[in-house]
Amino acid sequence: MTDAAASEITNELATRSAAFKARLQKRYAAERRFKFLGLFAVSFSVAVLAMLLVNMAINGIGGFQRAELAVPVDFAEGGIAADPAALARPDALQTLEAQGLPEIIEFYAQESLGEEAAAELSGNAWREVAQYIIASPALLREKTTLWLPASANLAGGYDGEGSLEMRALAERLEAEGKIDKRFDGGFLARSDATDPQAAGIWGALKGSMLTMIVTLLLAFPIGVMAALYLEEYAPKNRWTDFIELSINNLAAVPSIIFGLLGLAVFLTLFPGIRSTPIIGGMTLALMTLPVIVISGRNAIKAVPPSIRDGALAVGASPVQVVFHHVLPLALPGILTGTIIGMARALGETAPLLMVGMRLFVSTPPDGFTSPATVLPMQIFLWSDEVDRGFVERTSAAIIILLLFLLVMNGLAIYLRNKFEKKW
Amino acid sequence: MSPAILLLLAVGLGLAGWISARSRAWAFRRDENVGRLAALPVYHAWYVALWVIVPLVAFISLWLIASPYLVEQSVLMSPAASDLPAAGFQRDTLLREAMAVANGTSPGVFNEAAKPLIEPFREALSRYNLIGILSTLIIGFLCGTWAFLRLKPDFTARTRVEKTVMAVLLLASLVAILTTLGIVASLVFETFRFFGMVSPIDFLFGTEWGPDPMSNPQNPDPTRFGAVPLFWGTIFIGAIIAMIVAIPLGLMSAIYLTQYAAPRVRSWLKPALEILAGVPTVVYGYFAALTVAPFIRDLAAMIGISGASSESALAAGLVMGVMIIPFVSSMADDSIAAVPQAMRDGSLAMGATTSETIKRVLVPAALPGIVAGIMLAISRAIGETMIVVMAASTAANLSANPLDRMTTVTVQIVKMLTGEGSFDHPATLSAFALGFVLFLVTLGLNFVALRVVKRFREAYD
Repeated sequence: MTDAAASEITNELATRSAAFKARLQKRYAAERRFKFLGLFAVSFSVAVLAMLLVNMAINGIGGFQRAELAVPVDFAEGGIAADPAALARPDALQTLEAQGLPEIIEFYAQESLGEEAAAELSGNAWREVAQYIIASPALLREKTTLWLPASANLAGGYDGEGSLEMRALAERLEAEGKIDKRFDGGFLARSDATDPQAAGIWGALKGSMLTMIVTLLLAFPIGVMAALYLEEYAPKNRWTDFIELSINNLAAVPSIIFGLLGLAVFLTLFPGIRSTPIIGGMTLALMTLPVIVISGRNAIKAVPPSIRDGALAVGASPVQVVFHHVLPLALPGILTGTIIGMARALGETAPLLMVGMRLFVSTPPDGFTSPATVLPMQIFLWSDEVDRGFVERTSAAIIILLLFLLVMNGLAIYLRNKFEKKW
Repeated sequence: MSPAILLLLAVGLGLAGWISARSRAWAFRRDENVGRLAALPVYHAWYVALWVIVPLVAFISLWLIASPYLVEQSVLMSPAASDLPAAGFQRDTLLREAMAVANGTSPGVFNEAAKPLIEPFREALSRYNLIGILSTLIIGFLCGTWAFLRLKPDFTARTRVEKTVMAVLLLASLVAILTTLGIVASLVFETFRFFGMVSPIDFLFGTEWGPDPMSNPQNPDPTRFGAVPLFWGTIFIGAIIAMIVAIPLGLMSAIYLTQYAAPRVRSWLKPALEILAGVPTVVYGYFAALTVAPFIRDLAAMIGISGASSESALAAGLVMGVMIIPFVSSMADDSIAAVPQAMRDGSLAMGATTSETIKRVLVPAALPGIVAGIMLAISRAIGETMIVVMAASTAANLSANPLDRMTTVTVQIVKMLTGEGSFDHPATLSAFALGFVLFLVTLGLNFVALRVVKRFREAYD
């Protein structure tokens, strides 16, 4: 390098020529743009999440309500015998029907609402009244105003949709204060129905719980045992490499393939129990197993070797070392992984679609071998309905599902924080 | 029969064995002449309990599979079954109805012809229930007694129990292999049946897709089984549209969160991204079908594109891309974090700005990891089911227009297997062939991705 050139460079650095400044400005501008792009990417994802949640919340709030009609009923005049013993029996509903409860409700509905509106009272309204009566027989001696579900048509009219007559009728009733959107606690207690006003989520929720129990009972013990074997005892050879490879591959297999497996294997072995929580749970357990094994191995790996050495030094056998010392220390980590795996299984739909849990189930399942559907499947089934009422019900079901997932993930985070150890 | 009763019986017998063996071992211990036992009493107890429970669980699982067939056989032998139609769908229906009534799961039969079968079913069920319970008792008792008689003061119960524990652990880890084998075997078996009816060449290279599940199964029309439009739809939605959304957004999110965001901001934004990954796909599917797809249709109509449908490839792809963002970002996050700090410091020390360091040093160094992450993301996207089932259509379409209707492999698997078609029909079996292709492709992508990651990680060790 010549002296002249060297002095030129020093010169430029010292004075910061215009070209240099411009270049620096450009580089700083690029830096700002890049940073902004990063911020944009994160905000976009968060915005989509917020949009999704807000969208579901706005729609879903409607799903927890339903259009109900006010019907003043004078039971004292109706002449239904309020025999507490008869009402306590399981066939109380039939007793009340035989005593003319449906007709009484219809009569009072016609009296207060008029013929036209009374026809739009949901066909199942009297059953709900019967439930009230069974819950508190004292009702039969009183004169009360009951809020009873309107038909799907009238509910649509109240929302400003559907036929013109219904809209006019809804407007008239609204002016009289006889129709209102009221919180529908029964949404959590009823099962699927063809009428969105009568549909509820309990059947699917119960099906989900039963399925999750089967999944947990199968996947957790097997997963923990497999993780223990691979991490603590397995000799390093081809066999264990092969086991490890299969587990890693299974973790990446698309969920629908597990559905095909369930269809081809489980339904061939047990043809009698199609569409039941036990088949669904077995299928999901195979899907959850690799998640539990992988997280379990990480948790076991995190237990320091000094603990094992200490136990071996005082004469414990390898099995005692693992079951008395390593496993209790690794358990919180394993549980965290298990909860995350279960949360994934809870939200899964595709494999269950394959094993036939795509059912209209109007009574909640009463065991592991009775036909059932699950929460995500209920969402999927309702999403096919065009009725505006079902759109709201679907969003409400989604809110419940998301709440469950939130609780499960929260529990996993809590466990991780509470038991996180640094050795 | 209820398996719960048998299992409870097994556990009860095991418990009885456990208690009696333990007291026996304590009795040895109290004996002055014996001295020290070779194993703690609790191991004697477990030895006997395991000898009861393990054979019983094996027997019960076999029995659960076998007993329905045995019951059915004995009903078919009975005189009431002589009027039944020959083997086929109708006979199965009648048998199932009678079975449900005999079980008590159904109040009555729909078909009159099933009525005479109820009594034989009841008899067979109660007979086989009795046999099942008795066999459980006998097996449990025999095995327990045999184990119990082996107990002696110098009996090394612990090593034996531990050997069993090891065997059980090994068996548990074999479940993974069994599952893999089960998947491969069932897919291969059904795929071969399918290829016996439709040639693989027609399937893999044909460009018309439209199996008719109601057509004659003996004589399928091979030109309707061309899966190329499905493969194209899968690639277009999962690997092209979704990745156009997920790769830049995921990568930039990871860069922002690791390199720019203040710790406080990061501690809020990262969990938010993780929530995005935890939302069930059926919710995304509903969001895509209810909100995104109509929005895209209206937007297309507004800028003057006619014929946009409400079931476009774009809607499914966009939402799937959003679903994949956290996946890409966490993979990119990991591999950027794995780049040694010295490389970053060196670049900054030379006067490079942060973005120049990221673009010229960190990302190139982390590239193998990022690429592997993208491959895993693609494999997840092409296996994704619910979003495309709900937002994409079922019309097979070989087109490059994102506003067109398009269908994917997973949608067709669902469609073929939830329809009314019978299991011997090529249209139904084609779902297994599609599943097999999907399985192989995702496995291939994962395998390559893991190899890439492995090689890359060694670079800085």
